[in-house]
Amino acid sequence: MSALDSRAEPVAPAAPPPAAGTPKPRRARAGLLRSLLANRKALFGAVVLVVFVLLALLAPLIAPGDPSKINSLGASAPSGSHLLGTTAKGQDVLALTLWGARSSLLVGFCVGLAATALAVLVGMACAYFGRIVDDVLSLVTNIFLLVPGVPLLVILAAFMPPGTATVVLVLVVTGWAGSARVLRAQAKSIRGKDFVAASVVTGERAIRIMFREILPNMASVVMTTLLGCVIFGIGAQAGLEFLGLGDASVVSWGTNLYWAGNDGALMTGAWWVFVPSGLCIALVAFALAMVNYAVDEITNPRLRARRTKNRNRKG
Amino acid sequence: MRYILRNLGFYLLAFWASITLNFMLPRFMPGDPVSRMFARSQSQMQPEQIDQLRRLFGLDNRPMWQQYTDYIKDICTGNMGISISRFPTPVSEVIASQIGWTLLLGGTALVVAVVIGNLLGIIAAWRRGGLLDSVFPPLLVFAGSFPYFWLAMGALYLFGMTLGWFPMRHAFDVGLSPELSWGFVSNAASHLFLPALTIVLVSIGGWMLGMRNTMIATVAEDYITMAEAKGLSPSRIMFRYAARNAMLPSVTNFGMALGFVVGGALLTEVVFAYPGVGFQLLAAVQGLDYPLMQGIFLTITAAVLVANFLVDLVYVRLDPRVRVR
Repeated sequence: MSALDSRAEPVAPAAPPPAAGTPKPRRARAGLLRSLLANRKALFGAVVLVVFVLLALLAPLIAPGDPSKINSLGASAPSGSHLLGTTAKGQDVLALTLWGARSSLLVGFCVGLAATALAVLVGMACAYFGRIVDDVLSLVTNIFLLVPGVPLLVILAAFMPPGTATVVLVLVVTGWAGSARVLRAQAKSIRGKDFVAASVVTGERAIRIMFREILPNMASVVMTTLLGCVIFGIGAQAGLEFLGLGDASVVSWGTNLYWAGNDGALMTGAWWVFVPSGLCIALVAFALAMVNYAVDEITNPRLRARRTKNRNRKG
Repeated sequence: MRYILRNLGFYLLAFWASITLNFMLPRFMPGDPVSRMFARSQSQMQPEQIDQLRRLFGLDNRPMWQQYTDYIKDICTGNMGISISRFPTPVSEVIASQIGWTLLLGGTALVVAVVIGNLLGIIAAWRRGGLLDSVFPPLLVFAGSFPYFWLAMGALYLFGMTLGWFPMRHAFDVGLSPELSWGFVSNAASHLFLPALTIVLVSIGGWMLGMRNTMIATVAEDYITMAEAKGLSPSRIMFRYAARNAMLPSVTNFGMALGFVVGGALLTEVVFAYPGVGFQLLAAVQGLDYPLMQGIFLTITAAVLVANFLVDLVYVRLDPRVRVR
C-alpha cells in the first residue's frame, strides 16, 4: 500500500488536472459571455429580461399603492387615466400587471434554480457513482418524466396548504426530472474522460471531482437547463393559479388570468384584462428561449460551423 | 422481446408509484384536506358518503398495511371511490363519461401537430436557409411561449366571440345527443376546431425544431451523398433515406410529449368548457372533490403509460437495432 502511495506522490504534481482544468473553463466562460452579447438572439432576450426585471423592481414607484385596490368604475377600456383599462371589479390592469411581474418572476427563478440544483445533484450522483446509484436514480427520474405533469401538479397542490411556498415546492417536484436526464447524460460522458480518471487516481474527494472537475466542463448545459426550468416555472405557475390552485390573494400574472376568467372578462369582451398578463408570460418565456438558443448555437460548434458554411454557399 | 418486456415492467412500476403517491398524499400531508372538506360539506353529506371517505383516506381503524393492500386492490378493480361533487356517482363512471372527449381533443391535436411539425422540420432541414427554415422557427418558438390556456382565451375571444365563426363552449350544441350521423359529427368537429388549434399552435414548434435538428445531422451522413450519387429522386432520398432515420428521436419524444399535450388539453378544456376530464378536474378542484381528483390523476397516468407502451411497439417496428439487442 505504501509503495502505491509513494508512487502516487510524484504523479500528483506531474499530472495536475485541477491546475490545468480551472483556467480553461474560466476562459471559456468569459468567451461565452462575450459571444452571447455579440449574438443578436441573446442580446434581444437579455434586453427583454432586464426590462421586465426593472419593471418588477420599480413597480412600487410606477404604480404606488395596493394594486388590487378598487379605485374606479369596473370594466372600462384603456384610456388616459387607466392606460390598460380596468378589470370588472375596477382595479387598474397596468398596476396588476406590473405587480404581477414580481411574484411571477420570483417564483419562476426560484423554481428554476431549485429544480436545476436538484437536477445537478441527481445527474452528478448518477454519473459519478454509476452502478446501483445510477440505476435507482435513473428509474426515479424516468418515472417523474413519464407521469403527466398537470394532473400531478393538481393533486399535489390540492393536498397541501395553499400558498406561494406550496406552489414553488410542487413545481420543483414536478419540474426537475427532464433536466436531470440531460445533465446525467452530459456528466456521464465527461466522467469517462481521462482527466477525471486522473483525479480519481490522485485521490481527490468525490465532492471535489463532481463539482470542481466535472461541473465546470458542462456549464453551458447547466445554463440551458436552468433557463428551461425557469420557462417551465413561469408557465406552470400561471397554469396552476389559473386553475385556482395558487394563493388567489397574491397578485401575479397567473392570478390575474384566473380572476379575468372568473369575472367573465371573455364574455363581456374585456380583452384588455387578460391580454397584458398572458403577453408578459409569453414575452419572458420567449426571451429566455432566445438566450437558450443562443447558448446552444455558441457552444455547439456543429450548428455554428454549418451555419457559416451555409452562408458561404449562398453568398 | 426483451426490450418490450423491460419497458412493460417499467411502466407497471411507474403506475405502482403513482398509486402509492395517491395513497400517501391524504394520509401524510400536513394540510389535512380531509378535515377541510368535512368542515365544508359535512352538513350536506350522507352518512354512507362520510364512511366511504373515511375508508378512502384511511381515517378508519385498519392497520396501515391493510389499508394499502385494500387500496391497491380497489384501484386494480376500477373502484376509485364515489365522487363528492356528483354524489352518488362513482368516480370511475364520472371519468368514463368524459374521457372520450379528452382523448378526441388530445389525440386529434397531437396527431395533427406531429404530422405537420415533422413535415415542416423535414422540409426546413432539406432546404437549409430557405424561407421555411428562416421564418418558421422563430415564429413557432414565439407561439410556443404562450401558456396553452391563454392562447385558448385569445382564440375564443377572437374567433368565437368577436367574429362568431366558431361555437364558444361545450363539445356539441345543446339539444343534440351523441350519435353517428353527419349532422352531429360536423357539429362536434366545429366545436373541436378551436381547442385543437390552440394545442397544435403551442406544441408544433417543438416537433418542427426537433425534427429539423436531427434531420440536419442525418443529411450530412455519407449514405445520403451515396444516394444522391446513385441518382435517386430527391423526394425519395428525403423521405425514405433521411427522414426515416431522423424520425427515431421524434418517436422517442412522442411518449414524453404526451404528458405535456394531455396537460395542455386539460387547461384548454377549462377555457372552452369542453366536457372532458380537464373541465371535470377544475370542477373537482373547486368542489374539493378529492376522490375525483385522484381518480382523474390515475386515469390519465394510466392512459399516458399505455400510449407509451404502444409507442414502444411502433419503435421496435421502426428501428431494427432494438430487435437484435
